[in-house]
Amino acid sequence: MKTLGYFPGCSLEGGGIELDLSVRAIAKAAGVDLREIEDWNCCGASAAHSLNHSLAVALPYRVLALAESQGLSEVLAPCAACFSRLKGTQVRLARSPELSQRMQEVVQRPYQGGVRILNINEFMASLLEAGLAQKLTRPLGLKVVAYYGCLLSRGQDIVTGDDAEDPKGMEAAIRAAGCESLPWNCANECCGGGFSMSKTGAVLDLSQAVLDEARAAGADAVVTGCPMCHSNLDMRQMELVKRRRIPGALPILYLSELLGLAAGLEPAALGLDRHFIESRGLVRGGV
Amino acid sequence: MSGTKEHALAKAARETAGVVLSECYQCGKCTAGCPMARYMDLSPNQIMRLAQAGDDAALERLLGCEALWYCVGCLTCAQRCPRKLDPAAVMDLLREMAHRRGKIPAAARKVLAFHKAFLDTVEHGGRMAEIPLVLRYKMKSLDLLGDVMLGPVMLAKRKLPLLPHRIRGRGEVRRIFKKCREEHRP
Amino acid sequence: MARIGVFICHCGENIGRTVDCAAVSAAAAKMPGVVVGMDYKYMCSDPGQQMIRKAIIEQKLTGVVVGACSPRMHERTFRAAAAEAGLNPYLLEMANLREHCSWVHSNQAEATQKAIDLVRVMVAKVRRNRPLRPIRVPVEPTALVVGGGIAGIQAALDIAAGGKKVVLVESGPSIGGHMARLSETFPTLDCSQCILTPRMVEAASHPNITLMTYSEVASVEGFVGNFTVTIRRKARYVDPAKCTGCGDCFNKCPIKKIPNEFDAGLGLRRAIYVPFPQAVPNKPVIDAAHCTMLQKGKCGLCAKVCPRGAIDYQDQDRLEKVKVGAVVLATGFQLWDHAAYGEYGGGRLRDVIDGFAFERLASASGPTAGLIKRPSDGKEPKTVVFLQCCGSRDDKVGKKYCSKICCMYTAKHAMLYRHKVHDGRAVVFYMDVRAAGKGYEEFVRRAIEADGAEYVRGRVSRITRRRDGKLVVLGADTLAGRPVTIDADLVVLADAVVPRPGSEKLAQLFGVGYDQDGFYSEAHPKLRPVETAAAGVFLAGACQAPKDIPETVSQASAAAAKVLGLFAKPELEREPVIARVNRTTCAHCRACISACPYGAAKDFDIVDRAGKVLRAVADVNEGLCQGCGTCASVCRSHSVDLDGFTDEQIHAELNAL
Repeated sequence: MKTLGYFPGCSLEGGGIELDLSVRAIAKAAGVDLREIEDWNCCGASAAHSLNHSLAVALPYRVLALAESQGLSEVLAPCAACFSRLKGTQVRLARSPELSQRMQEVVQRPYQGGVRILNINEFMASLLEAGLAQKLTRPLGLKVVAYYGCLLSRGQDIVTGDDAEDPKGMEAAIRAAGCESLPWNCANECCGGGFSMSKTGAVLDLSQAVLDEARAAGADAVVTGCPMCHSNLDMRQMELVKRRRIPGALPILYLSELLGLAAGLEPAALGLDRHFIESRGLVRGGV
Repeated sequence: MSGTKEHALAKAARETAGVVLSECYQCGKCTAGCPMARYMDLSPNQIMRLAQAGDDAALERLLGCEALWYCVGCLTCAQRCPRKLDPAAVMDLLREMAHRRGKIPAAARKVLAFHKAFLDTVEHGGRMAEIPLVLRYKMKSLDLLGDVMLGPVMLAKRKLPLLPHRIRGRGEVRRIFKKCREEHRP
Repeated sequence: MARIGVFICHCGENIGRTVDCAAVSAAAAKMPGVVVGMDYKYMCSDPGQQMIRKAIIEQKLTGVVVGACSPRMHERTFRAAAAEAGLNPYLLEMANLREHCSWVHSNQAEATQKAIDLVRVMVAKVRRNRPLRPIRVPVEPTALVVGGGIAGIQAALDIAAGGKKVVLVESGPSIGGHMARLSETFPTLDCSQCILTPRMVEAASHPNITLMTYSEVASVEGFVGNFTVTIRRKARYVDPAKCTGCGDCFNKCPIKKIPNEFDAGLGLRRAIYVPFPQAVPNKPVIDAAHCTMLQKGKCGLCAKVCPRGAIDYQDQDRLEKVKVGAVVLATGFQLWDHAAYGEYGGGRLRDVIDGFAFERLASASGPTAGLIKRPSDGKEPKTVVFLQCCGSRDDKVGKKYCSKICCMYTAKHAMLYRHKVHDGRAVVFYMDVRAAGKGYEEFVRRAIEADGAEYVRGRVSRITRRRDGKLVVLGADTLAGRPVTIDADLVVLADAVVPRPGSEKLAQLFGVGYDQDGFYSEAHPKLRPVETAAAGVFLAGACQAPKDIPETVSQASAAAAKVLGLFAKPELEREPVIARVNRTTCAHCRACISACPYGAAKDFDIVDRAGKVLRAVADVNEGLCQGCGTCASVCRSHSVDLDGFTDEQIHAELNAL
């Protein structure tokens, strides 16, 4: 059984718990042992980044240092924001020995730079290559749009091996789940990110644009890998429906949930019952 | 850099944000692609322009503007900048300066309140915890009525842990916070 | 017995400030062999030259050293003065007391001593100088012009008008180039084809011009005045001698759906085709890649319908050699491919087109007969957005440079669109409007003020196609400091101007330099703008840098003037600094022959009167030798020497130090 380091991140203990449940479930189905980094801390997210650039590097540095000391050379960070912060720190440390030195003094832990960070798209692609495709026995037959948002499409040297203007990193997994990935214009547009509470109006505007475009494309669901995108599109969607800004509800699924369903896992085990927008009806025959 | 005169902001932008301000030729592609530009009082290219000027009056406008607080960190400006610059990194730098100075425009205070509440919970327990975050945010922002119905539904959906997770190394995390704050003293 | 004169120039204060010129001339006067030492404020002035002439005659000088500026500046001046006084000009040498001495030193005593040393070195050399004669090479008074666009046509016509023969080579089936594709031209809005086609016809019918279309340069040998160029005449599969251009073949050809390159892919052509109705020559070619007869041996319809039996499926590429004395490169440009911009649709959006496509839409001879219709659904666009600097001034995705012509042609496009669609909206996104030309700024103002083009200062971040077919353009108005979103029906990208593919290979064939972007390098950016580093090869048009029609035509005429100047005398004169082989000591090891970068060193048989070969040695072709000295340095028997820079002269210089 292959072992992989795992950094769930704070969201996955709370609002983004479905991502955690579904990633763990699909990893188990694929025979991958996810080993959570012991005593991990928050990556700082956009809050640290906004107010203190040292803190924005120091918090991810501690996580990287812990992973290295626990012998984890590859770490999956399913949350797009955590991935971007962790890998962004990794890239900056590799580029600047000066920064590494400074962080070692601040955090009081050594880090040699030996941890590779994977995002959810890379993880799913690697599972498919390793034989998960054969276990996807329940093709879902859905039309979906792949929503990468910002942090799974952009970031120089962070999101590598994909085209920032025309990302394709989820395509293979969506096809493997027996779904059609529809062309649309919002794959890499922003949903409003971390402003859900502090600038709700902007989040509603931006999320509405994404949902409108998804609906116009003819999608049954939006597939994402980011808990911020999920919370903006799923939780805030009720508000848009109530204000009659959108005609109806559109299910928002994590990529790991899509694959879990195609593997025949129970929707509840994947966390589908915890979404604000009812999505269990998507599975053929209902649940 | 030979022979060029560099003002203090330009030096800071080069050293901490990796941006050579004089390389910006004001094409406006950052503004064109910014999802938050329509909510901003200064557009990203105007922020770059004023930063290029760097005089006291320019700095006054930059540190007092709302726009700094509305950068969502989507990375679009850096992705598409034809001069390979990162306007958001310049905004990060200016935001830190504005935060140190302490005069935050009223409209942006909710954003600052959220960031602070978020970091408070991390400093306290090592990880962000949603219920304390929301409570702290509401106290800081005085936005008491917003989203009052979301909490109960989230609880019902089993999306919120009742007790926040506090890591063993929280003392270590607090030390990190302290050191980083000290580094940022003017 | 040597009688050397030394003349020291103060160059105003340039030399005089740091070098004691009187002391230098006094010291020189005492050097062995020197009979005159003089100094003067400006030796290059007429009285200065007169001093030298007078001294040569009165003192019967056998050699002269002028201590002044770099020989690159005034060697020609002083050698001409010496020649006028009856002294062989190659017996005069210059000591560089300015660039090599006064400009780089500040201590007067030391600088003066160095100046004296420099003069002593040249005196030692000039005592060993031999009189030399310029080399004369015959000139083949025929020019080769590569490229049949407006640059090549203009150059060819001007050379032909000067009474010299021209071979005009064009890679496409017709001459005319990009100018034939334009609708109207700025800033006068005259019809491009109306002003171009008379010149195309004239070029084709001029007795001094030989037209070779569908042809390319395959190889080049020789040197200025005497090039032998091999031309690949590509298989046309149509015998131009038999073809009358009746059109029966291409009207019947069943392969109909090939995007026509001439129409930027908007129109269609057949597998046998002439690219456009006014093509010169108006004779079709078969596009072998698309012809089913040539690919699979099936069809043959064109041969059946041709009343003259001009179709020849067996036709093959032929190589033809031409002898020419000068070459004009006029290979032109193409537009950069905007597919590199993923944010503008990566080349996948049909209604996002380039400038040439818009020219063809606006052209009366184009695929829409001059009606503006968008490619996707043929509807008349009611909002057209034009993007300037697309790929230009963008060193991340495109090119660093400004493509120069886009500001003007975009203003023209906006204007033409408003003339044709009265209720339409033309929005131009620009960064700067660069309209530096006669009547250009006025033209742009007219587009804005009289024709209502909306100019918005800012770049565009993204273009997406909405499901209703609208193109959503996310731009910025940087002057107002706000984002701007336009729902457009058609977007025209002013793509960067880049050199034609293959232009680098052609440059290598002719020994012409090119810059990092592939544009050909002129010999000097200011003073030799049409010459190249290769003697006898000149430049015209956008192959050198982006330029508009008036500038292209000016440069083409300038190149023609250079060619005619070269052809004005039956022989060329060249500096006699060439290698010379001592045949008595040459062992014919052939080291020089393999080392020579110009192919000038060659084998030579020494024969007796009966023609019997006695011995082989190395020899140097005077026409090809550039005097680089590589052969002299590799010769193990010291049998090769460079005229004007013999080993003896160089050793004397070193010994004098």
